[in-house]
Amino acid sequence: MMRRGWFLPIVAALGFVFLYAPIVSLVVFSFNENRLVTVWSGFSLRWYTALFSDPQILGAAWLSLQIAFVAASIATVLGTLCAIALVRFKRFRGRTALTGMVSAPLVMPDVITGLSLLLLFVAMEAAFGWPAGRGMLTIILAHSTFCMAYVTVVVRSRLSDLDLSLEEAAQDLGAGPVRVFFDITLPIIAPALVSGWLLGFTLSLDDLVIASFVSGPGSSTLPMVIFSKVRLGVSPDVNALATIIIGIVAVGVVAATLIGRRRPASSS
Amino acid sequence: MKKPQTAADTRPWRDPGAKPFVRIRNVTKKFGDVFAVDDVSLDIFKGELFCLLGGSGSGKSTLLRMLAGFEDPTSGSIEIDGQDMASVPPYRRPVNMMFQSYALFPHMSVEANIAYGLKRDHLPKAEIADRVAELLRLVKLEPYGKRKPHQLSGGQRQRVALARALAKRPKLLLLDEPLGALDKKLREETQFELVKIQETLGVTFIVVTHDQEEAMSLATRIGVMREGAIAMIGEPTDVYEFPNSRFVAGFIGSVNMFEGVVVEDEPDHVRIRSTEAGCDIYVNHGVDCAPDQVLWFAIRPEKISLSRERPEGDANIAKGMVEDIAYLGDMSVYQVMLDSGKRIRVTKANALRGDPDAISWDEEVYAHWGGNAGSVLTS
Repeated sequence: MMRRGWFLPIVAALGFVFLYAPIVSLVVFSFNENRLVTVWSGFSLRWYTALFSDPQILGAAWLSLQIAFVAASIATVLGTLCAIALVRFKRFRGRTALTGMVSAPLVMPDVITGLSLLLLFVAMEAAFGWPAGRGMLTIILAHSTFCMAYVTVVVRSRLSDLDLSLEEAAQDLGAGPVRVFFDITLPIIAPALVSGWLLGFTLSLDDLVIASFVSGPGSSTLPMVIFSKVRLGVSPDVNALATIIIGIVAVGVVAATLIGRRRPASSS
Repeated sequence: MKKPQTAADTRPWRDPGAKPFVRIRNVTKKFGDVFAVDDVSLDIFKGELFCLLGGSGSGKSTLLRMLAGFEDPTSGSIEIDGQDMASVPPYRRPVNMMFQSYALFPHMSVEANIAYGLKRDHLPKAEIADRVAELLRLVKLEPYGKRKPHQLSGGQRQRVALARALAKRPKLLLLDEPLGALDKKLREETQFELVKIQETLGVTFIVVTHDQEEAMSLATRIGVMREGAIAMIGEPTDVYEFPNSRFVAGFIGSVNMFEGVVVEDEPDHVRIRSTEAGCDIYVNHGVDCAPDQVLWFAIRPEKISLSRERPEGDANIAKGMVEDIAYLGDMSVYQVMLDSGKRIRVTKANALRGDPDAISWDEEVYAHWGGNAGSVLTS
């Protein structure tokens, strides 16, 4: 019993150190005054100032946010429809094929996804001229495709937990199928939609490989810009940028948790 | 056998000219190759509280779901209030259903749950509020209107589900195991409340249950289902006292069954020789059977008496020994091993407190019964 007293806290502390030490050091060094990333010479906000006066990074960040927002939204709609088809329609032609195709992007290496999408876009442009060239649009399309797989997985599990008699009860009380979906199904699976959207948003924001394949001149996303900057040597303004992103993500996660907690456990 | 029909008889099923409210005609439902419901025909009248009773997989719930419109019959027709229900979707039927799981909308308050159906009918707001308040009063949940379903106890949820199903004042209410999720005590209280509500509102109820006691105490009539088909339809007393088959006799209450052969077949009596009973069985009315036919005699435990002395007579007397006694307070259940090797159950009301003369373990006894005490079954 005595062992338990110190063993668990120490293991937990080591775990947290393992997970968060790199992030903490990154945040600390973003406030470093020195030009050399690894040498501490005093507190300063100069890299933040430098960051906000760098049009290339600001442009890339704005582009990434736009892409992530649109792609996550498209993926949420398509992924939800797909999940409904898989959960609610037990037998239709090509059900097995759809199940497999939906989970394929989860296990497919990004390099292959990116390459195949690039080939597809090139062939499509050659065949009927759309999408014309590569840029923001092709990145959005690519991200929607692979985010949709994640949304489907999340929504599908929530949907299969949903008691079918709830929808039947609403129908019984006079609601047509569309009404039932918006009154009953959607509010109950909404938490899954929110987490599916957040998942898609982060995945899109984070993606470097696929975006590198399908982007075109002038449409470099934030990860692409960071990656190319770091290749020329780590500069402290990247630390500052990372710190801001961590801050935004942390606020988002906490908010999502609070929203989730305010909803009561749904299935009675 | 049955009471004569009086002028004030409120049992329309006894009147051949009465028009049924729900007409189920040769309805069959197949899931793949399995017959869930097999050629069921059934008439249910206005104001009835009809119980569909059966074990799991007997097709009772499927039949109910076809009435609500959630399943389409493979063949046959369903008419409600003179209107054919084929191709009428659930949300256009004059029927409401109370679900076994209650199916309360978890994201809506009690009031919003009850009001949901009324809003679909686009009633004015003030009327909806009045109706909701009235229903909350009916199910005694006035202080709970603002709560969410997960903040209620099982019994309260059950009443919300009932109120929601009654809100649109349906002509027909379908109840799927309405008391199944409640504990025994609450179930007994709620049974009476349910009957009271049904009588005050005059709604026709069709209740699905697997609990025979529940069916007996609630129903005006019971339809016993077995393997998708109706085994018997009748008033509770008919089903209990005059079962039409060994299945029905055994399904409802407990019963002692003796196999025997007809030795005398007269218009006013029948004599059955039963080696299982170890005696002749004399039945004081005619039975539709032939000499030498094998049939079964079913008798309820409370219809048999035990005595130490051999009573007068040459039939309906079986000798045995008391093997076991279960004292249940209001009555005692005797397990008697007959000389023929068959075990029977006999119940005796404990009319006296601590009766010193009561029959006890290992005593030799005579089990005997009257000529009208049991049923002769041919199937």
